[in-house]
Amino acid sequence: MSKVWFFMVLPSIIFLLFKNPEAVVSEMLSSGEQAVKLCINLLGIYAIWLGIIEIVDKSGLSSKLEKLLSPIIKFVFKSDNKEANKYIAINMASNILGLGNAATPSGINAMQKLDDGSTKASFSAIMLLVINSVSIQFLPTTIIGLRESAGSTSSTDIILPTIISSLLTCTFAVFLVFLFSKFKRKGK
Amino acid sequence: MSVYILPVLLIFLFVYAFFKKVNVYKTFIDGAKGAFKLCLDIFPYIVTILLAVALFRVSGLSDLLINILSPIFNLLGIPNEVCELVLLRPFTGSGSFALLNDIFATYGADSYIARCASCILGSSETLFYVTTVYTAKTSIKKLSYAIPVGIIASIFGAIVSCLICKII
Repeated sequence: MSKVWFFMVLPSIIFLLFKNPEAVVSEMLSSGEQAVKLCINLLGIYAIWLGIIEIVDKSGLSSKLEKLLSPIIKFVFKSDNKEANKYIAINMASNILGLGNAATPSGINAMQKLDDGSTKASFSAIMLLVINSVSIQFLPTTIIGLRESAGSTSSTDIILPTIISSLLTCTFAVFLVFLFSKFKRKGK
Repeated sequence: MSVYILPVLLIFLFVYAFFKKVNVYKTFIDGAKGAFKLCLDIFPYIVTILLAVALFRVSGLSDLLINILSPIFNLLGIPNEVCELVLLRPFTGSGSFALLNDIFATYGADSYIARCASCILGSSETLFYVTTVYTAKTSIKKLSYAIPVGIIASIFGAIVSCLICKII
């Protein structure tokens, strides 16, 4: 990630130096402002979801969910960590329901539980990251809402294509992670 | 139909918790407490990624990248009109939703391009943002192949979306 960041920021500033030097600082500062706004928005949203997740957890539903999904989680994530798997299960469930904002706090919790103190990402951590960065969404509620307000006559007809595409993409991503991890091990 | 799913799930959760003798009110507060710390922890990461995205866009580098990559995307079956969306998606969520709205306004919400764009957005995520935020509270520094795999899978997702929207 630090490489990606560096190769985004440095060339951009060099480019702007010739194109529009005043924009550098003003653009940086406005992105800071944007981050504060986003975080305040997220504060409210996360408080609600973390509250609900806590109820799911305390009522024992998350353990049930974990048991239900554990064959899949054990196979895909290769993780035996019960605490982490519980959060992975909540993360997956929120993703499927199209609740990206509920998926984030549970995903962060799962990442923390998977953390073994090493600086290198483990197989399970990479899998969780990749699945969340392609997302498995079955109910694209925001997009349906946007289509409706744009005057669509059949705003929900994208649900089926989205589910198919989501499933295919996710399966492909999982397959790629397995493939890459094999190569990585062979390379050593 | 889909509007009923979440409220029904919530009712189920509250009834279930009640029978399990969970103090719903107190438990909710306990959970919500964590939000402040979470936002505080991820804030520096959000600033950092948003800064890079802002500079990348305003410098014109993102347009340059789009110009270079769109012929390749066209060959893969991704129409020109959605190329920008495919490239913007890994960086910014709000930006790509704004772009989706533009696409709806320009081509009509029921056109192939609009359906294609909706499908792409629905089956992808803000890769760089997710990666940054998820690793914020861990000791992980080296992500090895996580980002390349994410990028390849996202492009694959866009190709598949365009194909499926043609068929269905």
